[in-house]
Amino acid sequence: MIKTDVVIIGAGPTGLFCAHQIGIIGLKCELVDNLDKIGGQCIELYPDKPIYDIPAVPECTGEELTNNLVQQIKPFNFNFHLSDRVQELKNNNDKWIVKTLSGKEFEAYNVVIAGGVGSFEPRKFPIKSAEKFDGKSVLYSVKDKNIFKDKSLVIFGGGDSALDWAIELSNSSKVTLVHRRDEFRGAPASVQKIKELNDKNVIDVITKHSIEEVKGNGSLESVDIKSESGEIKNIKTDYVLGFFGLIMKLGPIADWGLNLDKKTIPVNTENFETNKKGIFAIGDICSYPGKLKLILSGFHEGALAARGCFRYARPDEKYRFEFTTASSTIKDRLGIKE
Amino acid sequence: MANIKYIEFNGKEHKVNVPNGLSVMEGAVQNNIPGIDADCGGGMSCATCHVYINDDEWFKKLPKKEMGEDDMLDQAYDPKLNSRLSCQIIVSEELDGLVVQLPEKQG
Repeated sequence: MIKTDVVIIGAGPTGLFCAHQIGIIGLKCELVDNLDKIGGQCIELYPDKPIYDIPAVPECTGEELTNNLVQQIKPFNFNFHLSDRVQELKNNNDKWIVKTLSGKEFEAYNVVIAGGVGSFEPRKFPIKSAEKFDGKSVLYSVKDKNIFKDKSLVIFGGGDSALDWAIELSNSSKVTLVHRRDEFRGAPASVQKIKELNDKNVIDVITKHSIEEVKGNGSLESVDIKSESGEIKNIKTDYVLGFFGLIMKLGPIADWGLNLDKKTIPVNTENFETNKKGIFAIGDICSYPGKLKLILSGFHEGALAARGCFRYARPDEKYRFEFTTASSTIKDRLGIKE
Repeated sequence: MANIKYIEFNGKEHKVNVPNGLSVMEGAVQNNIPGIDADCGGGMSCATCHVYINDDEWFKKLPKKEMGEDDMLDQAYDPKLNSRLSCQIIVSEELDGLVVQLPEKQG
């Protein structure tokens, strides 16, 4: 059991800056994120796209913003728990017991939900027949590439994941790559490589086709693909892999007894607390009159939620407002020597 | 202003007036029409405002896809030749009478 003042769910920009504010006011926190890396939507959806509306930063990419925020909270040495998802929140006296999918347990006075629009999960094939093979021979990620050795696989998708895996796995497997159109959105070098491998008959590339049905009695035997004009082609295969990026799902958050408005959590704008005492929601996942889904709004919300957390984490102390420019206590916390 | 008809996957129809300058996605979200999630808020980054334009005349009449829209549509749930991202269709008088079909789900 990890004891802390605050568990922050979500390590996107909003969660990261809230962690900063928590550190500044002298509290501790632990951050949990479903992704395998820090940065949330910024890193998953648009790492290379420039952002132009961060105050005092005329232009930066999602990746740069993330790196700077991580740098900014470095002095506090907070722990990140990545590739893990909070499953359960339970109230225990004045504290919250937080359980994750991997089995970690936290005890905290506060929980800050900075979960964007939920957790990122792989998009799946739009066909019913794929469900019974899901996780066995129909896969949306590669955990152990050795299982594909000397097997045949059909990979669907046109982005970097599909191309990179097609190239890599073609070393030791028979790979067919299927994409719905002629153009691939992956890196030019990968697209070129795929073309070369196709010319050498190492990979079989089929464009303008999409998945129709997976077939097999017990174990997977083949996959039907359909052309734009509706012709069906059957390919014998041991595995079918789909790489269509990630989608955000609200997931277990919906089961925690919080008031919900569509996929968002209503909060008060004084401290961004939800209908549950000690549970706060900030960033894209919270809603209130006038809410703007901007990163800068998330920063503001995180700063106020951090102060809200102080009240429960230090009930016998009075929170005193201080500026970072003037407070020697804050400078100590930041490890700044004068 | 354009009157736009959104047809849910189950066939339920919603006819709403959408002011010029808003996107077809915003027209749905602001009128609480289910079936368009728009997780990223209109940034062409998530493919959860995916719609079909079943009428070929309308599909041709709409402003062409810009760079990147097809890349995102690759990731949409069950994309077809007549797929569009509704956040990329900006409403004008010319769009009066547009009909968009919503997919079974957005992901």
